[in-house]
Amino acid sequence: MTSASLDALRKGNRLALSRILSQVENRTDAGQAALEELFLETGSAHKIGITGPPGSGKSTLVNALARELRRREPEQKVAIIAVDPSSPFTGGALLGDRVRMLDLQDDKQIFIRSMASRGALGGLAEQTEALSQVFDAAGYGFILIETVGAGQSEVDVVNLAHTTIVVDTPGTGDDIQSIKAGILEIADILVVNKADRPGADQSVTYLRNMVEMGYARSINNGKHHLEDFRENSEHETASAHWVPPILKTVACEFKGIQELTEVILNHAAYLRESGQWHAKDQASIRANIRRQLIASLLKDFNQNVPADLVNSLVEEVQKRGISPNEAVRVLLTYNRNNSLESSE
Amino acid sequence: MTEKKIRVLIAKPGLDGHDRGAKVVARAMRDDGMEVIYTGLRQTPEMIAEAALQEDVDVVGLSILSGAHNALVPQVIADLRANGQTDVVLFLGGIIPEDDIQTLLDQGVYKIYGPGTDTREVCKDIREAVKSKA
Ligand code: B12
Ligand SMILES: Nc1nc2c(ncn2[C@@H]2O[C@H](COP(=O)(O)OP(=O)(O)OP(=O)(O)O)[C@@H](O)[C@H]2O)c(=O)[nH]1
Ligand SMILES: [Mg+2]
Repeated sequence: MTSASLDALRKGNRLALSRILSQVENRTDAGQAALEELFLETGSAHKIGITGPPGSGKSTLVNALARELRRREPEQKVAIIAVDPSSPFTGGALLGDRVRMLDLQDDKQIFIRSMASRGALGGLAEQTEALSQVFDAAGYGFILIETVGAGQSEVDVVNLAHTTIVVDTPGTGDDIQSIKAGILEIADILVVNKADRPGADQSVTYLRNMVEMGYARSINNGKHHLEDFRENSEHETASAHWVPPILKTVACEFKGIQELTEVILNHAAYLRESGQWHAKDQASIRANIRRQLIASLLKDFNQNVPADLVNSLVEEVQKRGISPNEAVRVLLTYNRNNSLESSE
Repeated sequence: MTEKKIRVLIAKPGLDGHDRGAKVVARAMRDDGMEVIYTGLRQTPEMIAEAALQEDVDVVGLSILSGAHNALVPQVIADLRANGQTDVVLFLGGIIPEDDIQTLLDQGVYKIYGPGTDTREVCKDIREAVKSKA
């Protein structure tokens, strides 16, 4: 990646931006170098995650939200990252979220990028956070991130987004919501989309009960779920708690979108005032450093310690000659001695 | 590092509602390990070029059964070039009369496919085209 293309990105050249996104997504050396430089220019974007079951209307909602955000804040650019699953068998992917975002095609201040999950299981791709950083550095004030259609455990988005929106639809008949409690707990905002269908009000009531239960629980524990982000925060006792609002929308008819946008912007203001914006940022930086640290420690280890030694220790452990803990001690000692030698 | 994924945009320009072929081809490409972006029906050439730009695709595949290919294809090519995307490989499929094929190839289409095309062949051609481009 040349510095010319980084400058082009900074000046708003969208082809340069698009190419850098690819380099970063593919983790080429050039992409990594670009990301290192661009990271220093990040930190101003509001990242908004949209998750929920397959077909609940996430893409349609993103389409409507992007338009409304642009209308309310015309000076802000909007980026959309839409993640769809890769096939575990072929590695291929059909990325169809754009089909629902055709209203946005003629606005050059909106940039939509589809992403395949490439084997990651948490509802995002490995490099989704990195792409959001590129958009952030490129001056996109809002970044909407649509996850893979998620049911329960795909909750990675919460570590990336400032505001997490969980989308559900009216349940049918007497069955309860398709949505699981685990995913409700990550919501800053709950949306019952397809509110043109029967049962929307029951869904709202159901969700409100669920939220109040979870909320009461977290208060009793002296802990709101957002505090999971703050391993080391000074804001431990944020006074005003955020209780997730529940809104009805009909995304394909742009109904309820103004209200939802209002709540999203209120949430950002709440995060900033309560210090949680800062805390979330810090937590995600901490997680990022930790991830990279583990990766490079492992890489060092693999360079220093021959596979043969690992294999012979595995055999030794399997014979019950030594414990796994003992094997780890031997490996760490070997690693330490060896890296000392090489650095002399 | 794993092999770089091939990214393809499958698009239907114009008012043509025949989308079976586009979907069949898109699915075959996915099953061949490619990442396929599908943008749906009724796209203008400008919208197609815009999507190709944002998605940084290696290949754009157009499916046209309406007979409007002689107007639409050159416009897509012009819009791609205007955006600076000169290295995108263009594939075309659908109902394209024999007489029009050479002109379209001369304008910059890489290859053209008609009814009954074996999708495995399309995937093989795409891999070759992308490889020779790199
Ligand atoms: C099914 C069909 C329809 C269905 C479409 C359903 C749908 N959602 O797709 C319906 C009934 C709706 C329909 C309507 C019409 N149709 Co019609 N239809 C057909 C028919 C019989 C088959 C098309 C098909 O689905 N084939 C199956 C798919 C899998 O094959 P394919 O599209 O050819 O795709 C293959 C290859 O071409 C290639 N390929 C295709 N796209 C791409 C893209 C890339 C990138 C690549 C690499 C390869 C590739 O690979 C595919 C796999 O092998 C054809 C006749 C025919 N034999 O082709 C007429 C035909 C296409 N229709 C025709 C017409 C005129 C119409 C109507 C205008 C009729 C009318 N007067 O109302 C309307 C227009 C509808 C509209 N809004 O556009 C004409 C077009 C004439 C022309 N272009 O000069 C045809 C050729 C019939 C004829 N002989 O007159 N139609
Ligand atoms: N009736 C109704 N249909 C809607 C509404 N919003 C979206 N839809 C339709 O629901 C279907 C799925 O919408 P998408 O936006 O693709 O849903 P999604 O959650 O992004 O789907 P995946 O990405 O596949 O998980 C489409 O046919 C939409 O037109 C709504 O408010 N009411
Ligand atoms: Mg979607």
